[in-house]
Amino acid sequence: MKILVCVTKTPETTARIAFKDNNSSFDTDGVQFIMNPYDEWYALVRALEWKEADGGSVAVVNVGPPANDTVIRKALAIGADEAYRINAEPQSSLAVAKQIAAFAKDKGFDAIFTGKESIDYNGSEMGAMLAELLDLPYVSFANYMDVSGNSATISRDIEGGSEVVEVETPFVLSASKGLAEQRIPNMRGIMMAKRKPLNVVEPVEANDLAVAVAYELPPAKTAVKLVDPDNMEELVRLLHEEAKVI
Amino acid sequence: MMKENGTGTVRSAKEDRYQHHDYYQLDELLSEDHLLAREAVRDWVKKEVSPIIEDYANRAECPHHLFKGLAEIGAFGPSLPAEYGGGGMDEIAYGVIMQELERGDSGIRSMASVQGSLVMYPIYKFGSEAQKQKYLPKLGSGEYIGCFGLTEPDHGSNPGGMVTNIKDDGDAYILNGAKMWITNSPVADIAVVWAKDEEGKIRGMVVEKDMKGFSAPEIHGKWSLRASITGELVFEDVRVPKENVFPEIRGLKGPLSCLSKARYGIAWGAIGAALDCYDSALRYSKEREQFGKPIGQFQLTQKKLAEMITEITKAQLLTWRLGTLANEGRATPAQISMAKRNNVNMALEIAREARQIHGGMGITNEYPIMRHMMNLETVLTYEGTHDIHLLITGMDVTGLNAFK
Repeated sequence: MKILVCVTKTPETTARIAFKDNNSSFDTDGVQFIMNPYDEWYALVRALEWKEADGGSVAVVNVGPPANDTVIRKALAIGADEAYRINAEPQSSLAVAKQIAAFAKDKGFDAIFTGKESIDYNGSEMGAMLAELLDLPYVSFANYMDVSGNSATISRDIEGGSEVVEVETPFVLSASKGLAEQRIPNMRGIMMAKRKPLNVVEPVEANDLAVAVAYELPPAKTAVKLVDPDNMEELVRLLHEEAKVI
Repeated sequence: MMKENGTGTVRSAKEDRYQHHDYYQLDELLSEDHLLAREAVRDWVKKEVSPIIEDYANRAECPHHLFKGLAEIGAFGPSLPAEYGGGGMDEIAYGVIMQELERGDSGIRSMASVQGSLVMYPIYKFGSEAQKQKYLPKLGSGEYIGCFGLTEPDHGSNPGGMVTNIKDDGDAYILNGAKMWITNSPVADIAVVWAKDEEGKIRGMVVEKDMKGFSAPEIHGKWSLRASITGELVFEDVRVPKENVFPEIRGLKGPLSCLSKARYGIAWGAIGAALDCYDSALRYSKEREQFGKPIGQFQLTQKKLAEMITEITKAQLLTWRLGTLANEGRATPAQISMAKRNNVNMALEIAREARQIHGGMGITNEYPIMRHMMNLETVLTYEGTHDIHLLITGMDVTGLNAFK
């Protein structure tokens, strides 16, 4: 099996989020970056498990500047065989999907995995757009996958439960929690990764159809109101009139 | 405090929220594999150590299962060649690995530094090819746990006064004596032991746990390094085959070269403990409010935090430079000694200041501060006491030996 895994870079989960330029862009000052956990823990590891079971190879692709190389190298340290970095600033889900589609279209991948979303912009769009651009079947939010030959049986998250689908290769999948378990690279893997190819690919023209113009932070947490256990009427009134949840 | 984070897991007050602090952008001086090694060990510590360490330390129990995990990530002998079970990495990689382990707990770092610097390193450096082949791969993979016997009940800072001895008996030596304060000894499969031969010269050898007359009782009652197991080594007419003795090395320079390796790792490790205390204190000072504002807004709290990050940054610069010298084979034992003393003392002072910022919470195991502080009391005097290291620097700059 020849598998491609799309990996992106996101702020570390404890990073303090702030915006600049009149709230139109993310302020990266002092922010530490990691590989998007859905890409790393689930998509990449499940792809490696598939390769380990059936043979083949796992390549990773990232759209981004040279500063992303450390994140890409981590994917190689975890076990990917080779990496490609498409040398463009990732502006939107569509722009990224167009770049990866142009790169992947004649490479003969049996499957393309992504995380179900990136934990920064939470678009959940790139995988679907990529499948559409490549005219491939798309299975989103996969939490379990069984493979037999060229056929995969995949369980996917739906509201309140799971849906099981069958799909033939080639297909595009977005990975949800449960599809695999995080693998922490070891020192041997890190040293081997230095010798694996990290290819830089020049980008194609990829227009954005939608442009983000402003961001805002959630409102600050308000003070907690304590209600006496004997005063149920007041609790009900607050839930109804202020919290508006009942 | 419960909060959803991006990956759908629930966060509690005890969750490890550590974030690295790099005030002088020293990360720019590190290579990609240094950064990857650091991140991997940090992830491993957050996953395997942080959730359990307070409980194990509280019960004074060693989390034995972590030996296997330490081996799997490659924390044993990372700077030894890969063909002997090491990682083939440089000295800075070794340093950042030790820093991240000690960020979790000094006892966990001790488990790894003993295995790598005090057991694998001497076998690699002084052992015969047969000894290397026999022991190193198993030590690197964690199949064997090792310990290092130099210190004796009556000879700590003065190891040259040791009384443990070997006597020639044909194809073996007969080993007698006792060693004290030996990390990992009760669970060790092998011990690298230093003893005087009949000419009074110090020799090194590998003693295996099944050898008759060898025992390793545990030392109980420690208020420090409680998650690391410590014991004695007792030798009563133990027959050690001659093939287990290091062929060439004679004298104190053998064990002292191992200690230089371990002290180098401690110099990095102590920064990890300091960073964890600072990180916790910084966060606490912004969350905890008194008199209607965060305590971090008070000048006396800011003074503590400002001094902490200043000292951490100085220590980071010291170790980075020491690491580059070590990579070039130019780091002297006296330079390593200075970094060990400075950084451990710095970390202990920071733990004490951080404890004050946390107030009463600082003495509980809801926060890592008191555990680090108690651990660092050991680190201050093991692998050469603070005072002995001062005398090493004193001797190095004056040329006058205060030990004699």
